[in-house]
Amino acid sequence: MTRAALLVLADGRFPAGGHAHSGGAEAAVKAGRITGAASLEDFCRGRLYTTGLVSASLAAAAALGADPVALDEAADARTPSPALRVAARRLGRQLMRAARAAWPHPELDALARRFPKGAHQPVVLGLAARAAGLGAADAAYCSAYESVSGPATATVRLLSLDPFDATAGLARLADDIDRVASEAAEAAARAVTDGVDALPAASAPLLEVGAEAHAAWAVRLFAS
Amino acid sequence: MHLDHSHDGPAAVSADAHRPDGTRRALRIGLGGPVGSGKTATVAALCRALRDELSLAVVTNDIYTREDAEFLLREAVLPPERITAVETGACPHTAIRDDISANLEAVEDLEDEVGPLDLILVESGGDNLTATFSRGLVDAQVFVIDVAGGDDIPRKGGPGVTTADLLVINKTDLAPHVGSDLARMAADAKAQRAELPVVLQSLRSEDGVRQVADWVRAQLTAWTA
Ligand SMILES: Nc1nc2c(ncn2[C@@H]2O[C@H](COP(=O)(O)OP(=O)(O)OP(=O)(O)O)[C@@H](O)[C@H]2O)c(=O)[nH]1
Ligand SMILES: [Mg+2]
Repeated sequence: MTRAALLVLADGRFPAGGHAHSGGAEAAVKAGRITGAASLEDFCRGRLYTTGLVSASLAAAAALGADPVALDEAADARTPSPALRVAARRLGRQLMRAARAAWPHPELDALARRFPKGAHQPVVLGLAARAAGLGAADAAYCSAYESVSGPATATVRLLSLDPFDATAGLARLADDIDRVASEAAEAAARAVTDGVDALPAASAPLLEVGAEAHAAWAVRLFAS
Repeated sequence: MHLDHSHDGPAAVSADAHRPDGTRRALRIGLGGPVGSGKTATVAALCRALRDELSLAVVTNDIYTREDAEFLLREAVLPPERITAVETGACPHTAIRDDISANLEAVEDLEDEVGPLDLILVESGGDNLTATFSRGLVDAQVFVIDVAGGDDIPRKGGPGVTTADLLVINKTDLAPHVGSDLARMAADAKAQRAELPVVLQSLRSEDGVRQVADWVRAQLTAWTA
């Protein structure tokens, strides 16, 4: 196992398309729910314990070798907003390209063939971690961190927020990320024996509603 | 875990000259340059000049709207299914250089859905003088500047001006009105670019895009050779 691969996979510059997505931050900014560093941190904490936890669990389960098709269905079931499903699959497809270039692996090839237009991003992320020789906890960390780093960088652009304030907010979330990642890894281990219903299904209705509204805007900076 | 290095299936590599089915993919040409220099106008003119002889498609990268794609649709330079807009997340150069995944997806989908294609034009969102396309996304790139942006831009250089496969100095019709010295722009461009070609054009004139269209034809001949 090569722990350093986690740095490559979790790097914000890993070319997997994330830079064009705000993780719901653009809609939240427009709605007045994110107005500065403090509300950004609150937003991120909320996202982390809801969709972040779900994504991290899916990623961890994929890293453990759970059936990715069943995980993809579980992801669909946990994503009510059609716009978010589209975004998740698009990001999954983009991550797949980068992952196959970085860690060529027959299981990635098989998933790419099964979902030519993309599987849910967390499932691809978990399988990428697996191909890289990483474990379930690594995949969970990577996914949990992404669930907050995406909105934070997007908000720096959207509000011209001081980047140091945004980064300090991410640092303050470290304990929460630890908690979510370990909860996700435990759930994933249960899912391997008990099936995907053992995965958490926490949801953030405002993220779902906001994503639907955002998808209909004529002018926007981010794709989601 | 055991790593197996054999891989197959769709879309494993970006710059690969062949599609998964073994056929040669379309030539991809990028058009970049500052905001408003005439990228979309050049794309539209190229489509009109080439669409009867080639199977072509366009990808636009709009920064926060779909205006470029909508302009091309309105002008009906190509059937709508041959025009795709990519969203760039406030960072046009990232989408064409550092993280090209959304653009690669767009070109591959176009080839799948309306192919076979000979040529795909990829227009970047208007950006600064350092914005260049990744070689993983395009085979050749055109950098479009205009005379109204200041006649010292060729002298200032920068990656777009110095390294693009073709430099286009557009809107020459405006030179007298904005006090730009075309001879100086041409000489500065030559000094920056050595043997790389430069075209001065006005799309306001009849067949204004002819030199760029000829350059594209030459690229295509080399690509299919
Ligand atoms: N006079 C003159 N105007 C031109 C010429 N080429 C383009 N224009 C005009 O310049 C304006 C901007 O042209 P676009 O083609 O939209 O420029 P662009 O580089 O695509 O702009 P962005 O995508 O917004 O960065 C439009 O109003 C065009 O009609 C030209 O050769 N001469
Ligand atoms: Mg344009």
